[in-house]
Amino acid sequence: MNVLQEKLMELRRKAFENVESAEDLKNLQDLRVRFLGKKGPITEILKGMGKLSKEERPVIGQLANDVRNAIGNIIDTKKAELEQKLLEKELENEKIDVTLPGRKIRTGSHHLLASVIREVEDLFIGLGFSVAEGPEVEEDYYNFEALNLPKDHPARDMQDSFYITDEILMRTHTSPMQARTLEAHKGKGPVKIICPGKVYRRDTDDATHSHQFMQIEGLCVDKHIRLSDLKGVLTVFAKHIFGEDREIRLRPSFFPFTEPSVEMDISCFRCGGHGCAVCKGTGWIEILGAGMVHPNVLRMSGFDPSVYTGFAFGMGPERIAMLKYGIEDIRHFYTDDIRFLNQFRRA
Amino acid sequence: MLVSYKWLKDFVDLDGVTPEALADRITNSGIEVEHLTYPGEGLKNIVVGKILTCEPHPESDHLHLCQVDLGSETVQIVCGAPNVAAGQKVPVATNGARIAGHVSIKRTKFRGEESNGMICALSELGVDKALAPYEDGIYVFDDEVPVGADALPYLNLDDAILDLDILVSSAHCMNMIGVAYEVGAVLNRPVHIPVPDPHETDEAAADAISVAVDAGDKVPYYGARLIKGIQVGPSPRWMQLRLIAAGIRPISNVVDISNYVMLEYGQPLHTFDFDAFGSNHVLVRFAGENETIETLDKQQRKLEPTDVVITNGKKAEAVAGVMGGESSEVTADTHTVLLESAIFDPMTIRKAALHLQMRTSASSRYEKGVDRNRVAAASDRAAELLTKYASAKVLRGIVGQGPQTVAEQTITMPWQKINRVLGAGLPPEQISGILKRLGFTAAIEGDTLHVSVPTRRFDVSIPEDLVEEVGRIYGYNNLPATLPEGEAIKASLTPYQKLMRRTEQLMEDCGLNQAFTYSLTTDENAAAYTIHDTDRRPTRVIWPMSEEHAVLRESIVPQLINAVGYHLNRQMTDVAFYEIGKVFLPKSGDPRPDEEEHLAGAITGNRTERNWEGEPQPVDFFTAKGILENLFDALALSDRIDYRPAKREGLHPGQTADVFLDGKVIGYVGALHPAVLKKEELNPTFVFEIAIEPLLRGKQPEIVYSGLPRFPSTARDIALVVKRTVPAADLYHVIQKNGAPLLQSVRLFDVYEGGHVAKDEKSMAFSLTYFDPERTLTDDEVNAVHDRILKACEEECGAELRG
Repeated sequence: MNVLQEKLMELRRKAFENVESAEDLKNLQDLRVRFLGKKGPITEILKGMGKLSKEERPVIGQLANDVRNAIGNIIDTKKAELEQKLLEKELENEKIDVTLPGRKIRTGSHHLLASVIREVEDLFIGLGFSVAEGPEVEEDYYNFEALNLPKDHPARDMQDSFYITDEILMRTHTSPMQARTLEAHKGKGPVKIICPGKVYRRDTDDATHSHQFMQIEGLCVDKHIRLSDLKGVLTVFAKHIFGEDREIRLRPSFFPFTEPSVEMDISCFRCGGHGCAVCKGTGWIEILGAGMVHPNVLRMSGFDPSVYTGFAFGMGPERIAMLKYGIEDIRHFYTDDIRFLNQFRRA
Repeated sequence: MLVSYKWLKDFVDLDGVTPEALADRITNSGIEVEHLTYPGEGLKNIVVGKILTCEPHPESDHLHLCQVDLGSETVQIVCGAPNVAAGQKVPVATNGARIAGHVSIKRTKFRGEESNGMICALSELGVDKALAPYEDGIYVFDDEVPVGADALPYLNLDDAILDLDILVSSAHCMNMIGVAYEVGAVLNRPVHIPVPDPHETDEAAADAISVAVDAGDKVPYYGARLIKGIQVGPSPRWMQLRLIAAGIRPISNVVDISNYVMLEYGQPLHTFDFDAFGSNHVLVRFAGENETIETLDKQQRKLEPTDVVITNGKKAEAVAGVMGGESSEVTADTHTVLLESAIFDPMTIRKAALHLQMRTSASSRYEKGVDRNRVAAASDRAAELLTKYASAKVLRGIVGQGPQTVAEQTITMPWQKINRVLGAGLPPEQISGILKRLGFTAAIEGDTLHVSVPTRRFDVSIPEDLVEEVGRIYGYNNLPATLPEGEAIKASLTPYQKLMRRTEQLMEDCGLNQAFTYSLTTDENAAAYTIHDTDRRPTRVIWPMSEEHAVLRESIVPQLINAVGYHLNRQMTDVAFYEIGKVFLPKSGDPRPDEEEHLAGAITGNRTERNWEGEPQPVDFFTAKGILENLFDALALSDRIDYRPAKREGLHPGQTADVFLDGKVIGYVGALHPAVLKKEELNPTFVFEIAIEPLLRGKQPEIVYSGLPRFPSTARDIALVVKRTVPAADLYHVIQKNGAPLLQSVRLFDVYEGGHVAKDEKSMAFSLTYFDPERTLTDDEVNAVHDRILKACEEECGAELRG
């Protein structure tokens, strides 16, 4: 082994030793320059190759390249190692308390009554109904007369309604939309609407009465509408709103604008029909009034009752919500206490 | 209507049908039984006793010592009732008995004398004191009652009472015969109505009295009997107990019989003391102007000319169908009675009862309708009972005017209509069978159903009524549940309804809670914070329940301010509400206001909470405005919206903007005026109200797709110094107007007022983005537009480029 070979081996050993003990990337970079740089010892040896004999030249050249590569590799390896360490240190420094609360965007809530109405609307849209809206200040004609409640009808009492003049009042129910919608269809069916909205009655506000409340009216008029269709639609409604296991029963009743008239009860969702406080021991809960549209109502609004039949129903979203969630006071719906409203975000 | 189960058994066999089962069946076929009560519930060991001797208690001035035969034994009972006497048969609560109110009776001593039980008053057995005869003393049986027997059956305290909720459609059940027909139909059992025998004498009533009606069609029939030899006294025990069960207090045989027949037949009767009536001629006519009458309740009543009165030819002796007059009232001395059985027009009676404020059991029956064909039978029944229980001699015949009976109404219809409307498949014989059960005459001829409707069923007149009769007796619960068949129609939300839902969602995503408040409010609130000023008077209801809810609102903001105040009073300081609802804008010359849908909001407190990162951020004007901007962005309307400073009552004069759509005011956003905050004790609160219909009703712009940009855009910033009074919007407008078409967007990113600019100036820095979809813009092109913008800002807004 000649001097150059020994020198190269010594360089290799020294470089390895230095790289091994290098502490940071700067240190390592200095070593790279020192051993492999343009002015480094290996470059120098390679530069002096011309002075070597023909035989020595390839041997020394080969060895110089090998040494240079070996040093380069060990520096690269060391560099990766140091970088990894550095990264780990940085990550350690970036550590946060992931249990601290996040930055929430405050969101509001949908009113429970609006949720009930929307749920009913969506169900009936699926059954082929459209959503109609009507005036809250209504003509006596649409509120009463067109619904088979002539002026001197015993069921009418001026004292029960908020009249503005003798002929104008706050609507007492959403039923005027029956007459208005039929009129707009000019005697030609099918008519399938539901109409949610505010209604007004001259009541003193207390836990179960409100001078303003919501109603949802339903109307379906066509050439072959049957009472059994009403029963089917209401069964779907009851199951959708109150649960799959609900049964319904129709009890005969009386409303001037339907004939026959019925009231719908559902089997109690609390006790399943055995009798409890919610259903007052009867196993049934009264939900809504309904019936087959009275021929006088059809006739007055331009439909021929010998051709068309229909059903109508009216329900109270407050009552539905109160039953469903055990709400004890109807005034909560209009006080808008956020501690009340926020409980029904998911409703 | 209170229906005695025991009484009902007179007409229908109720064997095997418990009161509970009966109540259920009646309810399910149409008449709701609201309550089922057992008057004797909880009573125990009440027997019939006979008072053998009754001596004064030696140590008391009002107690008596009675030896009472209880059948199995004779015991001593101390009794304090003023009407106690030897020989009486009385209800006795024996030792160990339980009386009303769960009171137990035990052997005891009264002032040294042993008492083995208690002689009872009816009220002590649970009967309403207001209804019980001898209300100040013990109940005394008549003689037929066996000593030692259980007393309860003899007091009808083994009865059950069904309380029927009578609606217009069930007025035929306001009497026992009507209920009997209903129950007979429901149970499919025969009904027995005995035919009354008036026991007429040979003397003809027509020779003694005459009747004339001069009241047009308001009195279709008026009939009177003359009944002599009356002995007024108590009515029999069974009748008294039935009246009590029906909620009527027994008075005397004559009065009780007329009430009893009314309960049984539904026909109100009136009895006049004939000697006091003052003439043998009955004239029924309209009341005269200013005519008055003293009614049985000793009130002087002023009559209206629409009232019908029963007169003696001169003076009114009764208000037809409502109440009798004081002067011809039946008293203990009455011997001859004029018995009225008549038909009056329901509306006439309703009006009279209303204006006289006398709703009597007679008037309410006349209002709802009485059976035209029972008017004579009821008179016969009363005559029969008066003969039997008041020793009466009934003169022959009813003297009357008008037809005593009318023909039954007939309905003809295709019988299949019943199946078509019900969705049932009943064979024709089942249909006619059900109608016959109800007492209708029904026959089927081919496709046609002929029905004759009994006159008691005044609620049945059209084919649909028969559909209901068949349906309810067949049972709605036996019908299938189907869905409507027919042609498909479009069913979806309208574009307006869809956008409304989107608006609601957006408001909630912006942190607002949805509120519902009342439409009726105070005079003061109704016209406050309206979008448009008007001097028209707000719409007021005629009879408000209170001044709090008397006037229709013209804006929603005042209601939301109230809701905010409610929460502040309860230590909830971060509150954000929105409401979408109608406001009612008065119109000139029309009492009916315009109804407009508005969106309103109110926010107060902080928009972020105080948390580990630092202090909370309070809401301010720009929080409220930002919510609206979000909405306009979502509706793609921002380009058509403008804000301009505004002064509005109740709002901060420097922190209020009117909102314009296409140059028209559609609402406002602003801070509540500090004076309002102080008066209402509120924290800084920011409100907005927008007429939402112009936003949602307008034609929505089509969504036009353009491909992703293939060329880069160029951003340039520009900082301008302007007078402080120059609104940012002015600069925006100038920049946008002069930047078109290359200027793609403008964003204000800095506003500076302070040491580096003059006192009355401010600096505003905008970031402008230039873009051409067809190519990359050169610097020269951008510079040209940028310079043009700068120049326009200098000229139009007095701006200077900030050095």
